[in-house]
Amino acid sequence: MTAPALKLKSTALNSIHRKLGGRMVEFGGWDMPVQYPAGTVEEHVRTRTHAGLFDVSHMGEIDVRGLDAVAFVNGLVSNDASKLVDGQAQYSALTTPEGTVIDDLLVYRFAEDHLLLVVNAGTTDKDWDWISSHRENEDIELRNVSADYCQIAFQGPDALGILQKLTRLPLSEIKYYHFREGEVDGVPAIVSRTGYTGEDGFEVYASPDKAERLWNKSLDAGNFGADDGVLACGLAARNTLRLEAGMCLYGHEIDETTTLLEANLGWITKLNKGYFIGRDRLLKQKEEGIGRKLLGFEVTDRGIARDGQDVLIDGQRVGQVTSGSPAPFLKKNIGMAYVPVEFANEGRAIEIDVRGRRVGAQIVPLPFYKRPKQ
Amino acid sequence: MANVPENLHYSKDHEWVRVEGDTAVIGITDHAQDQLGDVVYVELPRAGDEFVANESFGSVESVKAVSEIFTPVSGKVAEANDSLTDEPEKVNKDPYGDGWMIKIKMSSSGEVDSLLTAAEYEDFTKAENE
Repeated sequence: MTAPALKLKSTALNSIHRKLGGRMVEFGGWDMPVQYPAGTVEEHVRTRTHAGLFDVSHMGEIDVRGLDAVAFVNGLVSNDASKLVDGQAQYSALTTPEGTVIDDLLVYRFAEDHLLLVVNAGTTDKDWDWISSHRENEDIELRNVSADYCQIAFQGPDALGILQKLTRLPLSEIKYYHFREGEVDGVPAIVSRTGYTGEDGFEVYASPDKAERLWNKSLDAGNFGADDGVLACGLAARNTLRLEAGMCLYGHEIDETTTLLEANLGWITKLNKGYFIGRDRLLKQKEEGIGRKLLGFEVTDRGIARDGQDVLIDGQRVGQVTSGSPAPFLKKNIGMAYVPVEFANEGRAIEIDVRGRRVGAQIVPLPFYKRPKQ
Repeated sequence: MANVPENLHYSKDHEWVRVEGDTAVIGITDHAQDQLGDVVYVELPRAGDEFVANESFGSVESVKAVSEIFTPVSGKVAEANDSLTDEPEKVNKDPYGDGWMIKIKMSSSGEVDSLLTAAEYEDFTKAENE
C-alpha cells in the first residue's frame, strides 16, 4: 500500500467512489474503484440479474471531423468504417503494419464528416500520437476530447428501464451498436446501446461537470431494494463480466505482439475493404494460416488459473494464460490463453501451471456466457 | 475499522496466532480479509507438513488476486481447516473463528514473543495505509 510515484488522473466521480466506500486502485494511469463494499461477486451477479452502474470516464475520446474523416479513419482501422451510417457504432482496432493491435476501439459516426473514436484509458496518448502522426493532407480536424466527457455504463437486464426513467429518448428503439443524442435528466448526452459485460445496456457520454448528478440520479432511479436494485460496480466486476462474455481486454488478449486473426477478431478484420495499415500482413497470415489461436478453457481440477501462467499440453509448455479468474455468475474457474492451432480443439484436456502445481483444464467454446434471448 | 482482538499475536503479513498450550492456531486478520474482498478459494497444507517461521504454507484467493499465507511460527501442522474448501467465505465472515486456517505444533515457543501485540498491529496497519 505504498503511495504511487505518479500523479494519477481521476474521473469526475472520484469523490463519489470514495464516499461509496470504493476501494481505489491504479488502472492505466487512473485512480479507479476496483470494487465497492458489496464486493466483486455481488456486483457481477447483480449486473447479470438486474443492473450495474460503471464509471468508465477514464476511456479516451478522439474527435475526427472533416470531409475526409471516414476515409482517414478507415486507413487506420481494421473494420470497415465506410459501412457505418449516422447514429451507428462499430467495434474496430487500430493496427500496426504487422497486423498486431495498437488498441481496440469503438468508432461512432455522427455524420459523414464527423466520427468519434472511443479508446482505452491506458492507450489514449499512444493512440493520439499514432493517429495524428498519420495525418497527411486530408481535410480533417483531430482533437483529443477525452477531458470533455464523462462516461457511465448502465448494464444488465434492468438497465433500459432505469435509464428510461431519466430520458425521453425511446431507448427500446435504439438498436444494438447504435446511439442517439438527447438529454438524460435534462443533461445533453450521447446514449449508446453498447457495453463490455455481455448484457444488454447503454453507455452514456456527457459533460464531466454533470457526472455526479447523472450518477446519483441513476442510482436513485434503480433503487429497487437491497437485493434487486442497481449496484455501483468496480473494475474487478467489469473484468470478470467481460471475461465470461469472452471479450478481449487490451494488454491481455491483444497487444502489439498479437494479430487480430490470432485473437479471433477476424470478424472485425475486413480484408476486402481496401487499404488499411497492416492489411498486407493480415492477408498473408490468412492465406498461410495462423500459428496460434486464442481459446477459452475451464478449470476441471481445484484451483484458479491466473494471467501469465503457462499452459501445458502433454507435459509441454505451449502457451500462456492471458486472463484467468473465477467466473462469479457461471461459478466456474475460467480463462483465455494462446495455444498452437494444432492443439486448439474444443474438448482437449490441458494443464495450467498454477504456481508450480499442474491443474487440469479443458478447452471450451467462447464465449463462456451468452445472455438469454429476450 | 477492522476488528483486532486483544488476546492474539499478529504478524506484519497480516496473520494472527492464538496460542493454545504448545499449539498455535493461525488465520488471517479482519483487515487482511477486508483488503482481499470475497475469498473464493483457500489452499492449505496437510497435517504432518512442516514449516519454519515466515514460510508460505498456503494461499487465499479473491476474485481479483492471490495472496500467500505465511506461518509466523515454526512447527508441524496438526490440523488444517478443510471446511474452507467448500466454504471459503468463512474467512470473510469470521476470520478469527470459523475462518481459522491451520493449527501448528510449535517447535519453538519463543517465536510468538517476537510477534506484534494487538495495539502494535493496529498501529502497523494504520502506518501501512498512509
